[in-house]
Amino acid sequence: MIQLLVFLPLLTALVAGLGGRVIGNVPAKIVTTAGLFASAGLAWVIFARFWLSGAQGFDVPVLDWIQSGDLSVHWAFKVDTLTAVMLVVVTTVSALVHLYSWGYMAEDPSQPRFFAYLSLFTFAMLMLVTADNLVQMFFGWEGVGLASYLLIGFWYHKPSANAAAIKAFVVNRVGDFGFSLGIFATFMVFGTVSIDAILAAVPGQAGATFSFLGHSVDVMTTLCLLLFVGAMGKSAQLGLHTWLPDAMEGPTPVSALIHAATMVTAGVFMVCRLSPMFEASVTAQAVVTYVGAATALFAASVALVQTDIKRVIAYSTCSQLGYMFFAAGSGAYGAAMFHLFTHAFFKALLFLGAGSVIHAMHHEQDMRFYGGLRKHIPITFALMTIGTLALTGFFFTAGYYSKDAILEAAFASGMTHGQFAFLVGAFVALLTSFYSWRLVFLTFYGSPRWAGSEHIQHALHDAHDGHHAPATGTGGYHPHESPVSMLIPLFILGAGALGAGWLWHTHFVGPEGGEFWRGSLAFRKDLMLAMEHVPIWVVWTPSVAFFAGLLGAWYAYLRAPHLPARAAGAVPALYAFLTHKWYFDELYDAIFVRPAFAIGRFLWVRGDQQVIDRFGPDGVAAAVAGGARAAKRFQTGYVYSYALVMLVGLAVAAAWFLPAAFGLAGK
Amino acid sequence: MPMLSIMILLPVLAALLLVMLPGVDARRARLVALVTTLVEFVLALMLWQRFENAGAAFQFVEKLPLFAPYLDWHLGIDGIALMLILLSVFLMPLCILASWESVQKRVPEYMAAFLVMESLMIGTFAARDIFLFYLFFEAGLIPMFLIIGIWGGARRIYASYKFFLYTLLGSVLMLVGMIYMVGVAGSTDIGVLSLYDFDPHAQFWLFLAFFASFAVKMPMWPVHTWLPDAHVEAPTAGSVILAGVLLKLGGYGFVRFSLPMFTDASAQLIWLVFGLSMVAVVYTSLVALVQNDMKKLIAYSSVAHMAFVTAGLFALNTQGIEGSLVMMLSHGLVSGALFLCVGVVYDRLHTREIARYGGLADTMPRYALLLLFFTMASVGLPATSGFVAEFLVLIGLYQTSSWATLIMTTGIILGAAYMLWLYRRVAFGAAAGDDTRAMPDLSLREVAILLPITAAVLWMGIYPASFQAPMKPAVASIVERLKGRELATLPTDMTTLRPAVTAEMAAQ
Repeated sequence: MIQLLVFLPLLTALVAGLGGRVIGNVPAKIVTTAGLFASAGLAWVIFARFWLSGAQGFDVPVLDWIQSGDLSVHWAFKVDTLTAVMLVVVTTVSALVHLYSWGYMAEDPSQPRFFAYLSLFTFAMLMLVTADNLVQMFFGWEGVGLASYLLIGFWYHKPSANAAAIKAFVVNRVGDFGFSLGIFATFMVFGTVSIDAILAAVPGQAGATFSFLGHSVDVMTTLCLLLFVGAMGKSAQLGLHTWLPDAMEGPTPVSALIHAATMVTAGVFMVCRLSPMFEASVTAQAVVTYVGAATALFAASVALVQTDIKRVIAYSTCSQLGYMFFAAGSGAYGAAMFHLFTHAFFKALLFLGAGSVIHAMHHEQDMRFYGGLRKHIPITFALMTIGTLALTGFFFTAGYYSKDAILEAAFASGMTHGQFAFLVGAFVALLTSFYSWRLVFLTFYGSPRWAGSEHIQHALHDAHDGHHAPATGTGGYHPHESPVSMLIPLFILGAGALGAGWLWHTHFVGPEGGEFWRGSLAFRKDLMLAMEHVPIWVVWTPSVAFFAGLLGAWYAYLRAPHLPARAAGAVPALYAFLTHKWYFDELYDAIFVRPAFAIGRFLWVRGDQQVIDRFGPDGVAAAVAGGARAAKRFQTGYVYSYALVMLVGLAVAAAWFLPAAFGLAGK
Repeated sequence: MPMLSIMILLPVLAALLLVMLPGVDARRARLVALVTTLVEFVLALMLWQRFENAGAAFQFVEKLPLFAPYLDWHLGIDGIALMLILLSVFLMPLCILASWESVQKRVPEYMAAFLVMESLMIGTFAARDIFLFYLFFEAGLIPMFLIIGIWGGARRIYASYKFFLYTLLGSVLMLVGMIYMVGVAGSTDIGVLSLYDFDPHAQFWLFLAFFASFAVKMPMWPVHTWLPDAHVEAPTAGSVILAGVLLKLGGYGFVRFSLPMFTDASAQLIWLVFGLSMVAVVYTSLVALVQNDMKKLIAYSSVAHMAFVTAGLFALNTQGIEGSLVMMLSHGLVSGALFLCVGVVYDRLHTREIARYGGLADTMPRYALLLLFFTMASVGLPATSGFVAEFLVLIGLYQTSSWATLIMTTGIILGAAYMLWLYRRVAFGAAAGDDTRAMPDLSLREVAILLPITAAVLWMGIYPASFQAPMKPAVASIVERLKGRELATLPTDMTTLRPAVTAEMAAQ
């Protein structure tokens, strides 16, 4: 069953990708979408077994892969509760995104390619979450990276999309650099890359040290941090986050699937999968927590000033991933996975909702040209509101349960980094509420500001040529609600965003969660019990943050709409700092990208041409025969004779030396 | 049946026929070459099929005294030689096909040069006599020299003389070393020499003499500058053989001579190899990033990949050496395919300048897909042969020097950068001109050239055991021979951890 579930998307990807031109658009779309729905059905069956009937985890070997000396790597599937949760998330969102893309991509000329990439991505992601060893996980890891590269650059005519695709791949490779070294070091320490064997041997290595530059360094800390660099790359944590906002160049369904619900959560999944390793190193946990908290704060602060609807949601994703990491760093792996699970629903909903808005607004993504859309696309409006409620943690929505669990766990962890994360997390909850409602108010409320948009003007000009619209108002444009294929996924995800938290919170984060997880991650029952005894103000903090953010956004964008501009003008330095995303791109460009090209050019011209060649072959030629004469003789076609001279010369040399050599042996 | 002799002599005979017989036109020459190389491939498959994977003994051994005691016609293969022979004869028919239309000048001679080269390459890998090896090893350069010099591009003379100068210097030193060794050990049999314990002091100088030759062939930094020029000027098929097989001679030399014969020197001089390899990866990757010529870019990437081979070999452990051997095979396939891909567009537009292309994903979708595949294989994406190779090399190297691994692993970042930057400029964006837009997609012949390589790359990436199995006993015997040599490792390396852990694990 698991084999079918995983390989079906690969099969359909190959059919649609290689045969798309032969079988045509619609069959390609049917094959991939049907394949994904079948996989999703199987995933839910597997999940139900772990959720309801207490099935035990199992391993399914497929094929030998790399054998060398003590190293033994297999293709194999490992299925347990943690995997089952991921299977459900990945296949469900993927199936819905496939369906959604029928409508969203309807006018695109290369639809089979798009659907093939989506299915290929899903296959790689499934390989990642079912990996029973680190190398297969790395296979999935790089596979999703490839699919992400292809999908970000799907519209390869756009230079910005190409740049974003390369950036995503290369920045992820920086993370993979750490992940690779982590695998090498893990193999050296444990003598295996099998996850089960490693985790079983972790207690024996806790506290072991090695000497590095005269300092004693903890082994487990080193391993965890190296692996965590990989997680930071894939999950866009501070420092390696720069690719994620740019990845919004890809079609919006891609953003929902890859850059919100699934691929970017791979880092969180990895930390949870290897949670016993991280439990063996307090330092590594602290680093994970601080990085997570810093990312949550950074991304939320940047989201406040973004005007592109997709970028707001992208930074929001980055920020929510930060939450997941500091939950994991605080020891609440169940809470991290729970937030991953609920986030998949409401963030995919928000992205697909944003796609619906973009669809209605003729590809305009700038919220400054939205406004008043709630009457024109009421269904999208309603579902986006549900998504926003869940993201900002309104009572009894999915985000309410998972975000509360994270903040309470961080507080209850009793460690300094946990307390710090709680404070940051509470503040970020306020920011989240503010920027999320800002998005809703700017898009759906107020009066239309559509006329200023070039995209809208294009649409109007297409319709009736030569007519010049006024700079404000609707400009005579009429947005339409999206087709049914795009709305069904929104409804399903909306249901998840409302109900997933309520339905599953006792399993994921309750004190009895250990029976749900069944050893698939390091479940700290003491922490879960301590969460039930946190002070009442801690319990209420997220809700207060929700209302404060909502109120603030309402005041700033509906009540007093001139306030934001005035606020930006009052602190121009801070505003510029935020709009430039803390200057990360500029910094990296200055210290990595431009120097790499400059050094490359320097080494090529100075190194290869002016040093090595000059004193090497060119110099030798000049010295031996006099450069000009040698070149002239070569040019008159003496190549043959030179070859012959070489051969004869060598033969003579051999004949001369050989007897002497044997004479030497005789002595 | 003397399989190896037949495989060596058959192409030479065919070449003689082509050159000697009157009335051989271009069409017949192509056909004869194709049939001959296909027969060679089938013969090699038979070798593979009959090869016993168990045991390190040499198989298909033939011995015929020629000029005893100086030179015997002594042949035999182990798994390493078998795999490299397979690689050579697999690429050969593809090269003939690739030259089918693009070479119109002196076709019979051209085909003869390739056939002679095939003989010499098989001879190099199959030779069990050190001087026989030397003859094949050096003579193999002559056809390549001619191919570049006669059928090459505008600066072919400069390129071929550079190629010649570099390799000559190394060869002479190696020959002196060989003569000394034969003198001391009293045998020209490579098997005997491999088991002879040379004086450690002499080993040091012998190692350097051989190193001079192999480092040029690899090529290692800083003796790599002949390669970009040679590639740029060589015709497509010449580049394929140069990258696919000739670059493997250096690595083969290291594994056949340096490691088993100069064990102490190898263990003591790993820092030299690691140092040059580390520089090569970073240096040539950065240089590759700024290239405007497709072939130069791929040539520089070859130098970076070959640095993985040297570093892995001198990790002196099973994973490192096996990884290096897989890397040699993988690079032979992948870079060969990349040069073929360049050849495809060169045949259409007659320029290698990257800026003249663009938007091929629109106009040549089949081409763009295959180029993407080989790009990904080059950057070592898992499930391609490149990953298995890189992974084994690095995991082996990590156990010998984590410092060197740290630097070498940056290659996966830089490699992605220059290859994707190349792919973006060639396949994405808009076409540079109307002539670029008018290029037709892959023909059936071109698909037939590239698809077998695709299949081999995937096979080696997903189930490398088929290729590793014959090589394992040979590698094991080398590792066994190296065991107990004192390694020169850097202090404060994480690898100092190793003994403590294994002891602890044993106690558990």
